[in-house]
Amino acid sequence: MTQPLLRVENLQTHFATRAGTVKAVNGVSFDLRRGEILGLVGESGSGKSVTGQSILGLVDLPGRIVGGRVLFDGEDLVTAGEKRLRAIRGRRIAMIFQDPMMTLNPVLSVETQMVEAVLAHDKVGRAEARRRSRDALGRVGIASPDERLAAYPHQFSGGMRQRVAIAIALLHSPDLILADEPTTALDVTIQAQILFEVQTLCRETGTALLWVTHDLAVVSALADRVAVMYAGRIVETGPIADVIQAPRHPYTRGLLDSVPSRNRRGVPLRSIPGMAPSALDLPQGCAFQPRCGRADAACSVMPDLAPDAHAWRCWHPHDADAQGAAA
Amino acid sequence: MTQPILAVSGLSKRFERKLDVVERFARRLGAAVDDSVLHAVSGVDLTVAEGEVVGLVGESGCGKSTLGRMVAGLLTPSDGAIHWRGTDLRDLPPAGRHEANLKIQMVFQDPMASLNPRLRVADIIGEAPVVHRLVPRRNAAEAVAEMMRTVGLDPGYMRRYPHQFSGGQRQRIGIARALAVKPDFLVCDESVAALDVSIQAQIINLFMRLREELRLTYLFISHDLGVVQHISDRTAIMYLGRIVELAPTPELFAAPNHPYAKALLDEAPRVTLEKRRFAPIRGEIPSPLNPPAGCPFHPRCPHAMPRCSQERPDLREVAPGRWSACHLNDAF
Ligand SMILES: Nc1ncnc2c1ncn2[C@@H]1O[C@H](COP(=O)(O)OP(=O)(O)OP(=O)(O)O)[C@@H](O)[C@H]1O
Ligand SMILES: Nc1ncnc2c1ncn2[C@@H]1O[C@H](COP(=O)(O)OP(=O)(O)O)[C@@H](O)[C@H]1O
Ligand code: SF4
Ligand code: SF4
Ligand SMILES: [Mg+2]
Ligand SMILES: [Mg+2]
Repeated sequence: MTQPLLRVENLQTHFATRAGTVKAVNGVSFDLRRGEILGLVGESGSGKSVTGQSILGLVDLPGRIVGGRVLFDGEDLVTAGEKRLRAIRGRRIAMIFQDPMMTLNPVLSVETQMVEAVLAHDKVGRAEARRRSRDALGRVGIASPDERLAAYPHQFSGGMRQRVAIAIALLHSPDLILADEPTTALDVTIQAQILFEVQTLCRETGTALLWVTHDLAVVSALADRVAVMYAGRIVETGPIADVIQAPRHPYTRGLLDSVPSRNRRGVPLRSIPGMAPSALDLPQGCAFQPRCGRADAACSVMPDLAPDAHAWRCWHPHDADAQGAAA
Repeated sequence: MTQPILAVSGLSKRFERKLDVVERFARRLGAAVDDSVLHAVSGVDLTVAEGEVVGLVGESGCGKSTLGRMVAGLLTPSDGAIHWRGTDLRDLPPAGRHEANLKIQMVFQDPMASLNPRLRVADIIGEAPVVHRLVPRRNAAEAVAEMMRTVGLDPGYMRRYPHQFSGGQRQRIGIARALAVKPDFLVCDESVAALDVSIQAQIINLFMRLREELRLTYLFISHDLGVVQHISDRTAIMYLGRIVELAPTPELFAAPNHPYAKALLDEAPRVTLEKRRFAPIRGEIPSPLNPPAGCPFHPRCPHAMPRCSQERPDLREVAPGRWSACHLNDAF
């Protein structure tokens, strides 16, 4: 098999805080092939964003990658210098954040920002750069893109700003897009339009996509594979249909069971008891123990994640044929 | 039919506002950008029966919160009437209106932003019932403890501050605060939107249990169609300040009548086994500053006819209990 576009190996990113060391990412490994869409899901605080930031070397202090490798096209980005990373960001790897103002500069017009983004990496004339910018705006559903180019970010609604940020990410047909909850704040019809653009880009240009979200529904419709994170670790991963049809890890199963549309209308939802543990106070062994109905003495030792296509980190997984959902 | 607990009729809210640079520019280019009046809610009629849960869905900016805040007495309507148990609130003396308003409480989306960070939980929950003389001050702690137990919080935490709780627990505090004045009606505005899926399920279950235990009535605002489908008896769909469809929830989700309702239900992400091909939607949501003439949905509607751009369809009963505002329902 050919080498994956992105291979994350045993990534560990820790934050040294006054209260102790937060192991935000604690041994995360996954592969992403060209044209593939991987959904990274989990509750807030599970380490999804820090995983994405670590890939690009954008972890905030006091965070530090303390172990593992991030192989992008064979090159380790963990040991690459800042100059090298800057060349890769924007051109070969684009990032879309939940807050579009992470990408947009408030004091420059949209046209200036987009044209500069084109010129920074491509040897084309200004007119061509402007044409590409306008087309990119049109593709994310911004009406009258010609007039809108002249506007400044604050003149757009939140949803439109996010679409501008996404248009900038699409400008270069990058090899890889890291998207961190970019449609969480958007309306469903706008979200559908953006998912359509992203999906089209991946299919047509072979762009790979890492889509970070807590929304299982979006992942189920969009992704080829999914990785479920809990307390800094991947607890289950596999082809999306396999994981949704037969979740093996009790946490994945609990998440799917909590989705209202998978419950009979009007009856109490099946829910996971308790709440996510504090990152500073994880139990010994499997972090899901305090909330897990299957926990026993074996669970005080951390289970491994097998290197299989569909894998789970659990001593007492659910059966493959036991369908959880009623609907 | 017995008297509804709440009936609003012709309810509207307009906001005056200044044009921004883009709009002034667009107007210079000849666009029909209206003066600076924003029509957030326009002529809404809605009745809610005692004990009922009515879901209110629609895209950002369509007027859900504005409608909810008028119902909860937090905003004054520009036009129209709110009847509480048969009485027009405008006909009540201030004291009576105040009493009615206490019976309608609101639960907000962001528990952190809606809780005063400098107050202890005991004061957040206990303040209003004491001020409104529902509970004598010397019994406040007891009342707070009872409220905390009702929403599934350990009363031992009543001396803590909001930041010492998780998101789900903070939402329980917000619910306990609303319940402390013994309301009959809760307006829940995106009350589970900020929560993780597993915690969201716990809070939805709490709302459903409270409905039974306290005989509450809800106006449940959410952009999440799955949540609304799960808990509401009837669902209202809003578009640009108006209700465009209102129907019993199972019927609406099984077969939406209004083209906008159809589009919304089609695009809503669901946990599926099939890979979806997302479809691009035509057009943008028009601005409430400059709502289109005729049917507000006509610029995006795949079924638009010439009549649709001239004549606004009224919300009419198209089948028993099913209301829709679309010209397609007129007999051919
Ligand atoms: N105080 C205000 N002054 C001016 N305009 C306002 C005010 N409050 C709301 N609006 C406008 O009224 C319209 C309806 O707003 P509203 O908050 O009711 O929408 P919503 O349906 O609750 O949206 P969301 O889903 O984003 O919460 C919007 O265009 C909004 O910008
Ligand atoms: N700058 C920081 N300082 C200290 N801890 C942090 C920082 N950023 C993230 N963390 C911690 O790392 C963990 C994972 O965070 P994050 O990746 O943002 O979660 P997610 O994106 O899954 O919601 C959390 O426990 C969070 O509190
Ligand atoms: S390892 Fe044990 S505690 Fe962890 S998920 Fe599996 S059964 Fe539950
Ligand atoms: S009235 Fe006309 S434009 Fe409006 S929803 Fe019906 S068919 Fe579409
Ligand atoms: Mg995050
Ligand atoms: Mg709102």
